[in-house]
Amino acid sequence: MSALSEVFARCKAEGRAALIGYLPVGYPDVEGSLAAMTALAEAGADIVEVGMPYSDPVMDGPVIQRAATEALAKGVHVDDVFRATAAVRDAGAVPVVMSYWNLVLRRGVDRYAADLAASGGVGMITPDLIPEEAGEWHEASERHGLDRIFLVAPSSTAERISVVTGASSGFVYTASTMGITGTRGSVGSGASELVARLREATDLPLCVGLGVSNGAQAAEVASFADGVIVGSALVSTLLDRGRDEGLAALRELTAELAEGVRGRA
Amino acid sequence: MTTEQPGTEQAGTEQAGTEQAESVPAQVHVPGRFGAFGGRYVPEALIPALEELDEARQKALVDPEFIDELATLHRTYTGRPSIITEVPRFAEHAGGARIILKREDLNHTGSHKINNVLAQTLLTKRMGKRRVIAETGAGQHGVATATAAALMGLECTIYMGKVDTERQALNVARMKILGATVVAVEHGSATLKDAINEAMRDWVTNVDHTHYVLGTVTGPHPFPEMVRDFHKIIGEEARGQVLELTGRLPDAVIACVGGGSNAMGIFHRFVTDQGVRLIGVEAGGDGIDTGRHAARFATAEPGVLHGAMSYLMQDDQGQTLETHSISAGLDYPSVGPEHSFLRDSGRAEYRYATDDQVMHAFQLLCRTEGIIPALESAHALAATLDVGKELGPDALLLVNLSGRGDKDMHTAAEWFGLVDKDGQA
Repeated sequence: MSALSEVFARCKAEGRAALIGYLPVGYPDVEGSLAAMTALAEAGADIVEVGMPYSDPVMDGPVIQRAATEALAKGVHVDDVFRATAAVRDAGAVPVVMSYWNLVLRRGVDRYAADLAASGGVGMITPDLIPEEAGEWHEASERHGLDRIFLVAPSSTAERISVVTGASSGFVYTASTMGITGTRGSVGSGASELVARLREATDLPLCVGLGVSNGAQAAEVASFADGVIVGSALVSTLLDRGRDEGLAALRELTAELAEGVRGRA
Repeated sequence: MTTEQPGTEQAGTEQAGTEQAESVPAQVHVPGRFGAFGGRYVPEALIPALEELDEARQKALVDPEFIDELATLHRTYTGRPSIITEVPRFAEHAGGARIILKREDLNHTGSHKINNVLAQTLLTKRMGKRRVIAETGAGQHGVATATAAALMGLECTIYMGKVDTERQALNVARMKILGATVVAVEHGSATLKDAINEAMRDWVTNVDHTHYVLGTVTGPHPFPEMVRDFHKIIGEEARGQVLELTGRLPDAVIACVGGGSNAMGIFHRFVTDQGVRLIGVEAGGDGIDTGRHAARFATAEPGVLHGAMSYLMQDDQGQTLETHSISAGLDYPSVGPEHSFLRDSGRAEYRYATDDQVMHAFQLLCRTEGIIPALESAHALAATLDVGKELGPDALLLVNLSGRGDKDMHTAAEWFGLVDKDGQA
């Protein structure tokens, strides 16, 4: 059983959804991001998504763009991703990476996969890679025992859902709405409908992201999904705050979200 | 497949009036791939829209109604066929070679961009969408898209890097007057690539009613193939016009390459004419050794940006590098995937021209022929001066004059010291 399967089995046994939190490595700086990811794990995230800042993040909204731009300006390096995955593992959560594809290609797909596995990472979310373009990643992930987490969206047809779920392992990243990362007032009704369509196609855990920002929304999503993914709202806690103040705000929101996935919001 | 030697069927290529087989060399083995290049590196959310677009354009390309509608628009609105102009006084500076310009600068809105835009906006209506978005660098594609949107009654939003809105304030005003919303993008380097990022974010959010009119032969499949097909009329017309004027095919076809749409447009019909050299000209900026340029083929390695695998200016981490060119339209870190294929297969060759060389060629065409070219097109002219000298006085060169230079007057006036510090003439 893979590390991700174990997380979802444990959550299911506890009658709750898993909490998946995203933070970018390198923001506010590399050491600060490792501290933040550790805090995220300690405060209740089951899975930590380690994001690698990229110069052209087409799936990201203003909050994550801003953090990424600052991290890149300070010189964050792809090697730092593997320090972050190790830190997350040491803090007791399960690390996965989220990376735009050119950063993986440039390092070499097999080398990237080997480094990820060696650092304790268990899989990768690939926001701009579809299964048809993922032949090399499929082979490398098999070779190094990593999970492949592809995305589905409300626009996905039955045919696309079949392709994506057939290629995925670990869990399926289910985009709640059409659009990019960022907090929204409400999670669209499209999310529960999409999850229902996915249930007919796959037994993989279904985790819903895009737009979830508080405990109440987490509880709502947890009522129909296996995992709740939160990104921009967590990153926001670190913006425009001193380090200690930011970490305290991050812990507070994470705790609220952890209550949410337990249906207590 | 037969066992014929490659090139056998091209025998007689250079004979006047010989029509070649229509087949293009086997290059697209996988849909959307040009050899190792191209593909679809985009969020899953966009795949249904790309498939819808692919289906719509394939149907349209063989639908007599679409073909007729587009042809009528090109005849009565764009001003096609665009003429060719021989430029003997300019040619005196190019070793005496015979030089012919394909005048895409005379199209409505001032460049080749309108060819693709009219076709894509027609497709937008066929797909039942009511809104178009587009990116623009210098503003030419934005102006063309705003124009077509006005013509067809579509909502229109144009994304433009903040830096470019300041460099091209007049084009921003043109787009607004045509009824478009212009969004100044402040993220990242605030230039063309960031405008594309923002357009893609809009598209992924509003794809149910919005079509993204991508302006060049980059992006995910089917854009590179589709945009090429909407521009191939340039080469089809020019080939016939040159044959009629001179009785033979040119020795070389020369075009500037940013994303590469005007170049693919004029190259495509000549790809099977093996005796015709295809020469693309990139932006050499301040010079290759300064790092301030956009000559992808001179320094870059393949990578993925904006949905396609192609040559890409990137650092050792895979982060996109910023580029520089005096012409905003060539200031882009990647290049259309078909150009990468043509380059690696040896069918086309790529050079670059530095800003200095470009401004020299720009002024030369103005002074010898009374034609003010776009700075993008002046890259092709700069290379033509060299190619002419290399090939000698018997050479016949066809150059795509992809746009006119009105938009570049401010840059040119500053370069040649025609204005004082406050921009006053």
